[in-house]
Amino acid sequence: MREILKINNITKIYKNQFKALDELNLNINEGEIFALLGPNGAGKSTLINTVCGILNFDKGDIKVNEFDIIKDYRKARSLIGIVPQELNLEAFETVWDNVNYSRGLYGKSPNHKYIEKLLKELSLWDKKDSKLRELSGGMKRRVLIAKALSHEPKVLFLDEPTASVDVELRKDMWKVIQKLKEKNVTIILTTHYIEEAEEIADRVGIINNGKIILVDEKENLIKKLGQKILKIELSEPIKLIPKELKNFKLQLNSDKNILIYTYDTKGKNTGITSLLSDIKSLGLQLKDISTEQSSLESIFLNLVKESENELARA
Amino acid sequence: MNWQGLKAIYFHEMDRMRRTLFQSLVSPFISTSLYFVVFGSAIGSRITEIEGISYGSFIVPGMIMLTILTQSISNASFGIFFPKFTNTVYEILAAPLSSFEIILGFVGAAATKSLIIGTVIICTAGFFVDLQIEHPFIMMFFLVLTSVTFALFGFIIGMWADNFEKLQLIPILIITPLVFLGGSFYSINMLPEFWQKVSLLNPVLYLVSGFRWSFYEIADVSIYTSLITILFFLFSCVLIISYTFAKGYKIKN
Repeated sequence: MREILKINNITKIYKNQFKALDELNLNINEGEIFALLGPNGAGKSTLINTVCGILNFDKGDIKVNEFDIIKDYRKARSLIGIVPQELNLEAFETVWDNVNYSRGLYGKSPNHKYIEKLLKELSLWDKKDSKLRELSGGMKRRVLIAKALSHEPKVLFLDEPTASVDVELRKDMWKVIQKLKEKNVTIILTTHYIEEAEEIADRVGIINNGKIILVDEKENLIKKLGQKILKIELSEPIKLIPKELKNFKLQLNSDKNILIYTYDTKGKNTGITSLLSDIKSLGLQLKDISTEQSSLESIFLNLVKESENELARA
Repeated sequence: MNWQGLKAIYFHEMDRMRRTLFQSLVSPFISTSLYFVVFGSAIGSRITEIEGISYGSFIVPGMIMLTILTQSISNASFGIFFPKFTNTVYEILAAPLSSFEIILGFVGAAATKSLIIGTVIICTAGFFVDLQIEHPFIMMFFLVLTSVTFALFGFIIGMWADNFEKLQLIPILIITPLVFLGGSFYSINMLPEFWQKVSLLNPVLYLVSGFRWSFYEIADVSIYTSLITILFFLFSCVLIISYTFAKGYKIKN
């Protein structure tokens, strides 16, 4: 797959000497949805603002569709749309004027048909003459997306697109994002909601302390790094975990009828066969067996923790 | 050149004037009328003529300059400060616009507003006194040059200011006193010799003097000195803005 965004060795140091991006490298494929996860202050917004030209950076280079964002800034920036994290909008302008203004900024001649279609797709058409201050938070978020799409960009950055919105609107946003993907728009979103990344992303990147600590296909990531849980439900409750099963580090649920075994999918030997065989030899009767995949959230937290530990050791 | 982008900023800023039409046009009309009542009638009854010109007519160029300077500064400073304050500046910075185009859009709109207001004042003045403009093209040239220069200066203030207090600080503490002490309402020949020399340190004096010359061919300093002063100030503002924008001062850092 063709790479539409190449970020090479980017370093950004703020005036207070805080290193927000530390020789960061990242490539984004054309047409994918890429979710960038990271704790607060990890560098997510700084990275987006740097790529979009809102912030200066100290070292490295960034190319959008092979156009350098410094040397060919006009061509590079005209391919990018950005939806900021905060609901920053002019108060007294109408939706229609404001979205058309954004299109103009990107050097595009007026195209009322396109803007009309865009507003209709985002369920904003009946609000086109409303003043921006009169809109609800959710509607404002849609206006920001309309503004970012007004110049028909190839790459769209969404900085926490569903922050502080209700569940219904969040799901609506996911639909909007999926529709954009169908139109081959490359989407890079930052999020705190792991379920958002699990739901819509093709690939996931994890950033911490200004460095990308992992990038992978979402499915691979869950498969590769995830731990699985095997739940063995017994026909009769037991008082204690038998000492013969000590090596499996089992847990017993509060009803004392389910044995919980956590195993690593990466390992050659998961230990499941031995465990089941030992349970059988102990004469315990099984009622049910189920497995659960660990969530992206637990993977994310583990990686961030590891990265913090590494930094502390360094 | 991103003409569409430039046009978008320009008309977006001009639209702000349309939304506040009363404040933009009626307020200078009322202020000018008040100046005529207070300065023209009250002081004019004691000072009938200055260098052969009636006092009422004499103060017109100074009054226009006072308004042009303050309006250019306030329009341009507010123009760039407001998107910074509301954080909507991100879309201007992310757009494929050069610093030159951004500045041209904001400064052009601020200067245009000042020119419209300047025209309103000239028309208002026509109701109170007989106006003569000996050199209309030079008058227009001064008007445009002053509007653009002080809009640039306002843009610098807007970039520098990070709160509303700072936004008002320079116009109130520096510009207004300089205009009032720059011969807007009197000729410096009316001052004692020492204060005449002190007045020559005031750059606004050169603007008012040159502008008044275009009306009545009377001036406190040579027209060429006035022109060089305003051009020097213009280029200084251009240099400061180019440098600060290139460095991203207070916007991109």
